[in-house]
Amino acid sequence: MSSSPGNSPFLHRATIAFFLGLALWVPVANLLLPAESPLALSSYSVSLLGKYLCLALLALALDLLWGYAGLLSLGHGAFFALGGYAMGMYLMRQIGTRGVYGDADLPDFMVFLDWSELPWYWWGFDSFPFAMLMVLLVPGVLALVFGWLAFRSRVTGVYFSIMTQAMTYALMLAFFRNEMGFGGNNGLTDFKDLLGFDLHADSTRCALLVVTALTVLGSYMLCRRLLATRFGAVVTALRDQEGRVRFLGYSVASYKLVVFVLSAMLAGVAGALYVPQVGIINPGEFQPLNSIEIAIWVAVGGRGTLVGAMLGAFVIAAVETLLTAQFPEAWLFALGALFLLVTLFLPRGLLGLWERRGHG
Amino acid sequence: MFGTVAAYPRWSWWMSLGLFLAVSLGGWTRVTAQTVETSPSIPSLRELVNRLPEAQDEEARRALLMHIAAGGDAATERVFAALERGALYVDRRSRTVVEGSRKGSRYLLTDVLTGEALGEAGRRDVRRIPVDNRLRAELRTVQALGALEARDPTVRQAAISTLLGSSDPEVHKAFERRRGVEPEAALRSSLDVALAIFALGGHDPKAFSAALNTLEGRSEENVRTALRQFSARSDVLESQQVRAQRLLERAENRLRWLARLEALFFGLSLGSVLLLSAVGLAITFGVMGVINMAHGELIMLGAYTTWALQQLLPTQPGIALLLAIPTAFFVAGGVGLALERGVIRFLYGRPLETLLATFGISLILQQLVRSLFSPLNRSVSSPEWLAGAWEIVPGLALTYNRLAILGFSLLVFAALLSLMKYTRFGLQVRAVAQNRAMARALGVRSQRVDALTFALGSGVAGIAGVALTQLTNVGPNLGQAYIIDSFLVVVFGGVGNLWGTLVAAFSLGIANKALEPMVGAVLAKILLLIALILFLQRRPQGLFPRRGRQEEQG
Repeated sequence: MSSSPGNSPFLHRATIAFFLGLALWVPVANLLLPAESPLALSSYSVSLLGKYLCLALLALALDLLWGYAGLLSLGHGAFFALGGYAMGMYLMRQIGTRGVYGDADLPDFMVFLDWSELPWYWWGFDSFPFAMLMVLLVPGVLALVFGWLAFRSRVTGVYFSIMTQAMTYALMLAFFRNEMGFGGNNGLTDFKDLLGFDLHADSTRCALLVVTALTVLGSYMLCRRLLATRFGAVVTALRDQEGRVRFLGYSVASYKLVVFVLSAMLAGVAGALYVPQVGIINPGEFQPLNSIEIAIWVAVGGRGTLVGAMLGAFVIAAVETLLTAQFPEAWLFALGALFLLVTLFLPRGLLGLWERRGHG
Repeated sequence: MFGTVAAYPRWSWWMSLGLFLAVSLGGWTRVTAQTVETSPSIPSLRELVNRLPEAQDEEARRALLMHIAAGGDAATERVFAALERGALYVDRRSRTVVEGSRKGSRYLLTDVLTGEALGEAGRRDVRRIPVDNRLRAELRTVQALGALEARDPTVRQAAISTLLGSSDPEVHKAFERRRGVEPEAALRSSLDVALAIFALGGHDPKAFSAALNTLEGRSEENVRTALRQFSARSDVLESQQVRAQRLLERAENRLRWLARLEALFFGLSLGSVLLLSAVGLAITFGVMGVINMAHGELIMLGAYTTWALQQLLPTQPGIALLLAIPTAFFVAGGVGLALERGVIRFLYGRPLETLLATFGISLILQQLVRSLFSPLNRSVSSPEWLAGAWEIVPGLALTYNRLAILGFSLLVFAALLSLMKYTRFGLQVRAVAQNRAMARALGVRSQRVDALTFALGSGVAGIAGVALTQLTNVGPNLGQAYIIDSFLVVVFGGVGNLWGTLVAAFSLGIANKALEPMVGAVLAKILLLIALILFLQRRPQGLFPRRGRQEEQG
């Protein structure tokens, strides 16, 4: 497996150009160009692109963990959803009296459930900085506690995967409960505005897309930088020869923990960017299937490459959009076949294919 | 109205033709003719029904209902059912009582006794006979009073249960009358209990102690209510009150114990389901170390096999179910074999890739079933010998299907255990699992053993699917519900340890059902998952770790 983070300089530059280009082109194409221009972009396409970008960030987060530290989390959807819920809670508070019941203190679903006051864990979500802090902290702390317990007992490999899957499953059951105070089955939706900007306005959508593109680019650069350091070298080494790294005196558990927490936070950020662009967050995001799908994005693109993971997310999400609209029955067949083909014939993913040709 | 008048002569003409045919042709025509002739009770019932709107006060209504019920006419039930639904109307034009149903702004009228269509009526032509909860209760009482004299003892027992707890003097009289003539001993004792409840509510101090004697050892809700009310009375002897109090406590204690026993049984039942779904995984994951995410779908295939066999043998659900056990074993085992040969063997030593590949297979199998059959659930019928329940003591009944699955799961477990322990194949499987190279050196064909072991584990999953059809519906998502639980059971029990899987399945099942009454089903499951995750993070080897050295997996 290729251990150089970020692959060839060409790919790296192309990636930067892609995200910067997207951030520049989309607002122009959507807001300035007339609708009949061939380069114009519809509002629907803008939110679709924004969605793909969030998924790419999620894939990047998992690749950092799986591709470099060798830990396959099948619960990354949970961190994504938690970040999304933190953002959703802020957006809910912004609705104010514009809800169906017009209650200034309580979100609609709480009025509906006859709650008399806001539960303590909703306190502070009126403030944007606090909510953004929670986007990072909630997934981060969960990963810290879960990882600390797991890595201390040397839970690795498939055991780690199964337990993270059980974690997201338990969270899904919990968030489906109305008593939890997160809107139960329906989740959080009907958002109005973010920092005072109308979420349904084209300009807000474009601004969100630009922010997302820049965040993904920033996260990619951060991961690349991190992996190029001595820290990154140790992490990569423990993926390949954990025993040897431990004998050399490194605290393997701490290295894994740092990567796990960082990766969970990135997933949380992805979720927080995702929610205002799709307009809803519900417990379905915790489904184990969603988390496993992330792994296949990474595997298709090529794990341990960062760029590949993002590419995989883009490609598969686009195929999913096409197939579920045109042939809904075919999508699961295609996804299933993809799992099989990639693991059997493309162990290094699309990028591996490209690189092999490049080197050969 | 005019229509009916106009139709009258034609109708009578047809009637006479019918009678003529009946006389001349005989056979079944005569039977129909006879029913026409021998229904003199219909006019009288009709008269009574037509009097329903007149009975305004409660007493008259009760008397009229009793009168209707006493006739014993087959149509009585129709009348009562329609009355209870609030579907009886007075037709103002003919001043008769008819059954009606709304059709837009008009009403479709039918004869309440025969169900014959009577045409339509406008909103002004009919008046609904109002029905309230008191009338409904009255109806139930009247019906039960009638059923008290029924020929079928189970109907009589049901009638007693319905009337139990009523304070109606009419009911009291009926109980006393029935107690004198009741031939069944079991029903006599039920009637004794019912009479004792009346005695406790009465004012005859001499009857109290006999009644308390009768109620000893009883814990039905009505008995407890009667005891509670009795011990709160101010006009009875204190010693008798204390006795009633003690009886009440004992009854409540007994109920608590029965509830615990029931929870234990449900826990064992859930445990048996977990065991069945996990034991196949204990072979493929536990012994071979293969992560098969399609295990749940193999269970689903077994369930669909049962459904398919029942479609082939629609009249013999029992035989189909029994046939399904070997069939499902071979179907799921065959699919497992194909999986091992086609996919998994290329991924040995790469567990995470195996996980993803088999997950892909699970998606394909799910969608295949969805496209081939239907995304909707299918229901598999239970044979007669699995219906019903075994009532150990009153208040504790164990359903036969759960008992059968419990026994079946243990049987499958015992069979697997002896297969692994006492047969040549089992020895080879363990040898390959412990030291592949050494086993190969000693002449074990390890690839063949791998394939057969995987097929075995898959076949057992198919068998689990057969058993599950008796508890849930069969649908494409059936497998999803069990996969996470199954993996946790195997890991919790200790990978590679069949006994550990048994202990883990039953302890998780019982813990789940013990928590449920306290916190509810969903929260119980969440708490258990959290507890399990925490436990496994402290002890990744599970309850019963594999002994000896083992190479690190990753």
